Amino acid sequence: MTQSEWPLWEVFIRSKQGLDHKHVGSLHAADATMAIQNARDVYTRRLEGISIWVVESKHVHASNPDDAEAFYDPANDKVYRHPTFYQVPDSIKHM
Amino acid sequence: METVEINLEEQFQARIDADVRIEPKDWMPDAYRKTLIRQISQHAHSELVGMLPEGNWITRAPSLKRKSILLSKVQDEAGHGLYLYSAAETLGASRDQMLADLHSGKAKYSSIFNYPTLSWADMGTVGWLVDGAAILNQVPLCRTSYGPYARAMVRVCKEESFHQRQGFEIMQTLCEGAPEQKAMAQEALNRWWWPTLMMFGPKDADSPNTEQSMKWRIKRFTNDELRQKFVDMMVPQAEFLGLTVPDPALQWNETKQGYDFGDVNWEEFWNVVKGNGMCNKDRLGARIKAHEEGAWVREAALAHAKKRAERAETQAA
Ligand SMILES: [Fe+2]
Ligand SMILES: [Fe+2]
Repeated sequence: MTQSEWPLWEVFIRSKQGLDHKHVGSLHAADATMAIQNARDVYTRRLEGISIWVVESKHVHASNPDDAEAFYDPANDKVYRHPTFYQVPDSIKHM
Repeated sequence: METVEINLEEQFQARIDADVRIEPKDWMPDAYRKTLIRQISQHAHSELVGMLPEGNWITRAPSLKRKSILLSKVQDEAGHGLYLYSAAETLGASRDQMLADLHSGKAKYSSIFNYPTLSWADMGTVGWLVDGAAILNQVPLCRTSYGPYARAMVRVCKEESFHQRQGFEIMQTLCEGAPEQKAMAQEALNRWWWPTLMMFGPKDADSPNTEQSMKWRIKRFTNDELRQKFVDMMVPQAEFLGLTVPDPALQWNETKQGYDFGDVNWEEFWNVVKGNGMCNKDRLGARIKAHEEGAWVREAALAHAKKRAERAETQAA
């Protein structure tokens, strides 16, 4: 049964004003060319984008939600990574 | 072991109560997964089968403008089906299996599409009423608890409002036209009004799964609540068009600030659900025919991709 199913692809689109490609969904296609053509038809019917990336879903590796706490913890207590941590004298401009 | 399961379930519910989206890799109760797969795939099937009644009029649209619009709308519905099938696949359902279930009759789709589209006014009525009802059903689902489903619904809803407006515009044009055109619009409304009210599903008292679905936030209003909203929304629009809603019991109720309306013919509803509607056999037949006649294309594309991949491999070696 799965033999006849085309592989699954994840679709990323960059809008005209967008700086990055955003995940918009997935679709089935036999190969990359068809995946891009299908993505054009399925996800950009109203000029939602001017650039499309597709990647076969099996190549996407994701972080594990169960590890989220331990994984992102280290960034939690490093407030000094943000500019607001520092006090700049009022008389100093342009900083 | 059992306490672990209970804890997971409590944590899961707590996340939902806090309006945190559930994502594909998150733990979820089996029943949540199963219910969602059923709900999302049924919805996807409805989009797919929903192309057929309108596809019926593409070649007979009264002008090039109307033809282009109808073609776009039907194409959107195909897109909606695809967004939703993809969302269901993130839960582990396979596309082939979902389609097989549709074709075998195991899976259901909205019974509204088992009614025939007999005149051009039906294109107006379907867009105005049927897409209008779909919007009411779908807008709350943009905030549903399952992330991929919610995101698919956001896209769907954005596109639906054009569907409803083009339908209303067809109705308005007919109602402002010759008496024969207006009669055609009225006749279509007469046929579609009650089946559209059935789109919201059985009465709350006969909908035992509603409570659990509301708790999981994969449903955010009950069937009867949505039906009431729909009537309240549509009656003034029908009045604007100068059309009569075919319900003698319809009456404004000052106390509840809404309309009272007659009871749906539930026998007809269950009959259509069971497969005995006017077009059930036609619709399913058309779906199966399209699927079977497209089989060689799917196989050839796969064979072609495989051949090219192999060629690329030997060239690299
Ligand atoms: Fe749709
Ligand atoms: Fe629609």
